[in-house]
Amino acid sequence: MRLNQLTVIEARAGLKAKKFSVVELATACLVQIKAVDKKLHAFLTLNDRILDQAKKLDQSGDDGRPLWGIPFAIKDNFLTEGLRTTASAKVLDNFVPQYSATVYKKLIEAGALCLGKTNMDAWAHGSSTETSDYGSTLNPWNTKYLPGGSSGGSAAAVAADMCLFGIGSETAGSVRQPAAWCGVTGFKPTYGRVSRYGVVAMASSTDSPGPLTKTVADAALITKIIAGHDVYDATTSPRPVEINPNSLQGENLKGKIIALPKEYLIGEASGLILEAVKVFESAGAQVKPVTLMDPQFTIAVYTIIQRCEVSSNLARYDGIRFGHDRSSFSYEAKNRSLLGAFSLSTGYFDQYYKKAQQVRTMIIDEFDRLFKQFDFYLAPISPGPALPLGASKTSAMFGELQDVLVEPSSIAGLTGLSVPCGIISGLPIGLQITGAQFDEQKILQVGHWYQQQTKWHLEKPKL
Amino acid sequence: MKLQPVIGLEIHVELKTKTGMFCGCSADHFGKAPNTNTCPVCLGLPGALPVPNHQAIDWAIMIGLALDCRVNLESSFDRKHYFYPDLPKGYQISQYDDPFCQAGKLSLASGKIIRINRVHLEEDTAKMQHQVIDGQKMTLVDFNRSGVPLVEIVTEPDIASGEEAKEFLKKLRDIIRSLGVSDCDMEKGSMRLEPNISWSESPEKLNNYKVEIKNLNSFRFAQQGIDFELKRQKELLDQGKTPVQETRGYNPQKRATFSQRVKETSADYRYFPDPDIPPIVLTREYVENLRTKLPQLPEALANEMVNKFHLSLSTAQLLSKDQLKLAYFNQYKNQVEPLELANLIVNKKIDLDQPPPTKAASRAVDLNIIDQVLKENADAVAKYRTGKTSVIGFLVGQVMRLTGGKVDPKQVQDKLLKALQVRNLQG
Ligand SMILES: [Zn+2]
Repeated sequence: MRLNQLTVIEARAGLKAKKFSVVELATACLVQIKAVDKKLHAFLTLNDRILDQAKKLDQSGDDGRPLWGIPFAIKDNFLTEGLRTTASAKVLDNFVPQYSATVYKKLIEAGALCLGKTNMDAWAHGSSTETSDYGSTLNPWNTKYLPGGSSGGSAAAVAADMCLFGIGSETAGSVRQPAAWCGVTGFKPTYGRVSRYGVVAMASSTDSPGPLTKTVADAALITKIIAGHDVYDATTSPRPVEINPNSLQGENLKGKIIALPKEYLIGEASGLILEAVKVFESAGAQVKPVTLMDPQFTIAVYTIIQRCEVSSNLARYDGIRFGHDRSSFSYEAKNRSLLGAFSLSTGYFDQYYKKAQQVRTMIIDEFDRLFKQFDFYLAPISPGPALPLGASKTSAMFGELQDVLVEPSSIAGLTGLSVPCGIISGLPIGLQITGAQFDEQKILQVGHWYQQQTKWHLEKPKL
Repeated sequence: MKLQPVIGLEIHVELKTKTGMFCGCSADHFGKAPNTNTCPVCLGLPGALPVPNHQAIDWAIMIGLALDCRVNLESSFDRKHYFYPDLPKGYQISQYDDPFCQAGKLSLASGKIIRINRVHLEEDTAKMQHQVIDGQKMTLVDFNRSGVPLVEIVTEPDIASGEEAKEFLKKLRDIIRSLGVSDCDMEKGSMRLEPNISWSESPEKLNNYKVEIKNLNSFRFAQQGIDFELKRQKELLDQGKTPVQETRGYNPQKRATFSQRVKETSADYRYFPDPDIPPIVLTREYVENLRTKLPQLPEALANEMVNKFHLSLSTAQLLSKDQLKLAYFNQYKNQVEPLELANLIVNKKIDLDQPPPTKAASRAVDLNIIDQVLKENADAVAKYRTGKTSVIGFLVGQVMRLTGGKVDPKQVQDKLLKALQVRNLQG
């Protein structure tokens, strides 16, 4: 096994035991990037100082920080001081930030090394990475297919072992869906659990940063580090972080009551989800079918709220600052801005935005009731495996339709995990394990337990 | 149909908090080198988020309470969208549906009540400077002021003349200064006025046009501008014409307003609740606690000083609205005879960095002692009231005893007589 194939936990153990150096570990990742990224196009910008930074760590020695010496990739909508940040949008083509996102800062402070910035749908507007102004990332399992999105670059980078872990952000499925399509683990913590400060805003009321990793155990380790109240983000929760990556073991599924929403069992993925359900049942859990609001309704709610917030959040790119004028906006961003501005206009606000918020409250209430009776629910992340390149161009609502099964949990700000649970025609499928707000530890324990019972997360694409 | 002058005021006041409305930059931006007082938040950089300043919220609510407003226990910040180079986010964070305070009032000396529509909080914009650089006309933007807490006070259109407007504005300024939350310095722009003027049937039934005057940098100019505008509009109306709905500037040299911008359509600001800021939820107790922090407002304080220290109304008014002079008065009023101290401060304009001249200090009569003696000797006071004025000698003796004889008996007698007179009037 090459060093770049290690999980974070394995690599930390190796560094601690001095089996290899930070420079060797970082070099293994760089060699892999060189070998495969011409084909996959996961990275937009590489950190050309990483070997110097690695050397410095080797010289000063392992100080025990939880991510000391661990190379990672980060989605290009996280601001990185001194390192170009574009959010895959030409408007920000030469934007070099003066400050860093809280998530990035926390990772660097924990000793991690940034390999570079990964590709995404421009402004995170999409679920394919195909709307990137810099061209699509390709799926490592089959380069004729999409990696999913918007965090497609980070998902592909993890799946192809170009890094030890990746950071993404999700508005509705943008971490979990590319994780599912690329066969890696993706975790969306509760809205407000991880700071949005320094993340180029998409839809402020649902944006949630999260990790893309090789295992659930790694996801727990990373989330523990990036989570917590941030004085720079008024929407972060002051609750203490109750994630403990060292006590994921020993989860007992006996007596757990699991919901299986009937409305979510659509598409060819549902067969593999029912297989996964059997794993839970054989451990003594009770899995009960439930009826939830048809997720189709969430599409309308999510689309309106997200377009409104997008139109407002993109207003700062007014052509006066950041070097490029508004003609650099691509089709998708213009389309969303116009729809959002329309929905917020006098006379339409009540009809669209207000009504959408009312239905949003109904969705939140429905989940509140559900989690009074059930520990969590299981569902597919996406109705099927990755779609072929070009698919996003066939439908104006491509993203919303692909993310239909995760949108309700995003709209309600829940805790959501995606773990690999099978393969269809050579492409991975993701299982959704979703729990109540701030149930991170429980969901991570369940996910870790599932990965102890199954081997799907160990399957790798043949590059 | 008889038309009357109908004037409403929009007043912006910069709060003198330590930091910005939503960031940690200094709110004291005046006179600093351009763009030296900025951060990602007030520059509107990608990814930056606003975190509300609770001191500013408290102060906005205190202004509302001082203006007799209702405080909304649930309020929110909203995004107000418009495009302008001094607005880096493309929207201003303001308040729309649920401002902190609504439905207040302020009364004029005549007893006329001016209703307050709302008091809300928002962020100030950057400042534009139009310059010629290397022969080219340029507009430069200074972001030092961007994000400074700004309170907006909106009146109902209850004002009927330039003079009423001036009186209202002075009174409002004195109240806000007495709260210690803003300097209200017109020259530095920490208080800005925008009157809306029309001739209408009534404040409830407005005409189909209104004219806004901007950039008025003194109360006098506000008064003059309003009066000029009323006259100009009246002449047009008398000719059967309707004045154009527009924004006008004021030229103090010509004592005239001039057209600046004609507003043909009303802007659609596409307000919606700012998703970056959770709604602000207050408890009744919290608001009541803020109310206890309100100092006595200038008007009530002046009345009290007239009663307690026998100052003239004009002296008391001058003292009550000047925080420095008032603090000085309170510091020394037990050592120097208050009436004399007030005159030294207001008329002699003594140096407030020095203690009052000692000659005054030695003759001081503490009015609290006068009050005490009158209270403790209710029998003697009753006798005095029935005509036995000779008991005054006894009362003077009591004061001399309590002060250890350190005061002028003649002055003590004057004070006693005056106090007894006031009590007679009140009794
Ligand atoms: Zn600032």
